[in-house]
Amino acid sequence: MNTVEVPAPGKMLDLLSGFVHELRAAGLPVSMTENLDAMRALEYVPLGDRSAFKTALSTTLVKHADHQKVFNILFDVYFALQPFDLYGDDEDGADGRGGGVPVPGTMPGGGAGGEASQEELAAMLMRAVLDPDALRRFAAAAVTRHAGMEPGRPVGGTYYLYRTLRALDLDSLLDRLMQQLVRERMEAGRGPFADELEERLAREELSARIQRLREEVEAEIRRRLVVDRGPEAMARSLRAKLPEDVEFMHASREEMAALQRAIGPLARALAARLAMRRRRHHRGQLDFRSTVRHSLAYGGVPADPRFRRPHPTKPEIMVVADISGSVASFARFTLQLVHALASQFSRVRSFVFIDGIDEVTRFFEGNADLGDAVKRINTEADVVWVDGHSDYGHAFEVFHQKWGNDVNPKTSVIILGDARNNYHATQSWVLAELRKKARHLYWIDPEPSAYWNTGDSVIGDYAKFCDGVYECRNLRQLERFVEAVIES
Amino acid sequence: MAERFESVEAVQQALRRVDYLADQSTAGVVFLADRLEKPVLVEGPAGVGKTELAKAIAATTGARLIRLQCYEGLDESKALYEWNYKKQLLRIQADREHERDWETVESDIFSEAFLLTRPLLEAIRADEPVVLLIDEVDRVEIETEALLLEVLSDFQVSVPELGTMTAVRRPIVVLTSNNTRELSEALKRRCLFLHLDYPDAEREQEIVRVRVPEIDATLADQIARVVRSIRQLDLKKAPSISETIDWARTLLHLGVEKITPDVVGGTLHVLLKYQRDIERANKELKVAEA
Repeated sequence: MNTVEVPAPGKMLDLLSGFVHELRAAGLPVSMTENLDAMRALEYVPLGDRSAFKTALSTTLVKHADHQKVFNILFDVYFALQPFDLYGDDEDGADGRGGGVPVPGTMPGGGAGGEASQEELAAMLMRAVLDPDALRRFAAAAVTRHAGMEPGRPVGGTYYLYRTLRALDLDSLLDRLMQQLVRERMEAGRGPFADELEERLAREELSARIQRLREEVEAEIRRRLVVDRGPEAMARSLRAKLPEDVEFMHASREEMAALQRAIGPLARALAARLAMRRRRHHRGQLDFRSTVRHSLAYGGVPADPRFRRPHPTKPEIMVVADISGSVASFARFTLQLVHALASQFSRVRSFVFIDGIDEVTRFFEGNADLGDAVKRINTEADVVWVDGHSDYGHAFEVFHQKWGNDVNPKTSVIILGDARNNYHATQSWVLAELRKKARHLYWIDPEPSAYWNTGDSVIGDYAKFCDGVYECRNLRQLERFVEAVIES
Repeated sequence: MAERFESVEAVQQALRRVDYLADQSTAGVVFLADRLEKPVLVEGPAGVGKTELAKAIAATTGARLIRLQCYEGLDESKALYEWNYKKQLLRIQADREHERDWETVESDIFSEAFLLTRPLLEAIRADEPVVLLIDEVDRVEIETEALLLEVLSDFQVSVPELGTMTAVRRPIVVLTSNNTRELSEALKRRCLFLHLDYPDAEREQEIVRVRVPEIDATLADQIARVVRSIRQLDLKKAPSISETIDWARTLLHLGVEKITPDVVGGTLHVLLKYQRDIERANKELKVAEA
């Protein structure tokens, strides 16, 4: 079992309050009572037991599943394990060899001369990947060898991570491991995989382990940075990582996947909230005629006021989205969210453009899967007119020509994009026309508002004609916007 | 203080005795719930054993399980208590002949004999050990949540006519949520939080072997791995643990020794309940459709 060093009670309190402070800074709502609960909980767990210690803190301080990951990272920062094999060969390194796991380049004098060949490396990785205990040791050795970490060097953890992962080449590792697995099966006389199912299962098993290795490398780098820089500085550099705070335009691949997973539940929760509000809101305007009629029963005193049943108007939505490279992911999330909420609108129509524009409502129709629909947009929609660089002006012009007549006073038009127009003509008169016809015209921009109207961004020209221009850099802002549109 | 468990390991072992395999953090949270006397809010996808956890705690501590199933429109007369007003009416009518003054009648008809206890009050008033399960708490409206707060933080219920009733012995309280909506901060603050997710393949294999003891270890391993693979697909409803167990039983009855694509294709409907999900799994896993 992993143990933590047991600090003196006073120091423990300091550490804990620093930790809670950092959780709050990361956006977790930790209340005073929860803080006290955490301290009380710690009385009942043996402090030497790291996993019980962690459970006690997480169950009292983290009340939302999405926040768990941030908690885990900060926990590792504040209550760090001793990093493995720090900056050279100490007893841990010796232990590594004693454990019989060969590690590339950690042998004394094994520096540049001892470059392991690709096959050898794969063999070592294979063994490390198959044995969970060896995994951490291998990750530590890999960081020592490949990350090139130096104390006090002012670069972020991602730099070291990138260097290490590039050297390990995890992307092609999976294929190499699969080939090796087949070879081993052949040697053992069992033949190749009997069927695709078996192969798939083996592949998934390996990729889960590679993922674990990746996480272990990440954790190891963090541990070493903590030793170098101290927990406060390290925690500061890790801030703002809740899924709802991840910026669409700068999301890493992993964060993208997290966002993708978050969007379904988010849409469900939002729909439930809106439906509930609509149902609760069951009093309409005073029905004068009915009130007077019922007042007869009370001798003409209107004792029983009657109300009309409200007609909640469900807005009709037209989403016009720029799907050029820089904002593609933002458009994708917004389209998915809006279509997942289709029941809250009387009609949703979607249009996508780069320099040409095409309607993509058909991809979302019926019981179509949202993920599939987005894939089809990328492959089937006809959005390139000349060169495949954003041209808002031309796209708007064509929109006006083809679909301008479909815009009516019930329609809310939402335009998505960063308004980076590559210095083409803006054709902002189209928006002026649209605003006259539509109920509302909104623009949402995934760029931080500080960047608006810099470079080739012409959002100012368009903003004049919109009912509102909103910054939507992350899910939190997007959710708030969608809710506001439905209410309006 | 009622200490039901010695240590985290003791919780794990106790739950194991009733065939519930808890991981470290689940056992840790249950242990703390006992020591801190705080309710546990268990959240997670459907079918990962949230309700089962409460039942297992009740079974292993020999406590009575009192269950409050939440639904939209749940109110205090269904959750806390209600006056048996028919009986009260009868009493008033019966009293007419005696010409008693109103105070006497009132104190008479608002006494415990006329009180119908509902799950929350029942759990508070029980003198034997109980486990209170508040199931699917995310289904009630946010206003109704407030009903629970007094019970959850102070283990007491206030009945205006009778005064405040405090728990004789504090029950273990388990709330479950499928997370269809965000619960209020006030509720979350009063609870310990436990997120249960689908188990990893090793633990699921163990679960299968505990629940279906006749099954062969390698088959159980294959089952767990296929289920994990299916859960990674983008499905409307991923297979739950109980569906995995059902599937294992099905395979056992069919006399299957090794999982092949044909076997999976033929029995997929045990794991997946939507046609679209079945089609997708067929396509992705390249199994032959039944």
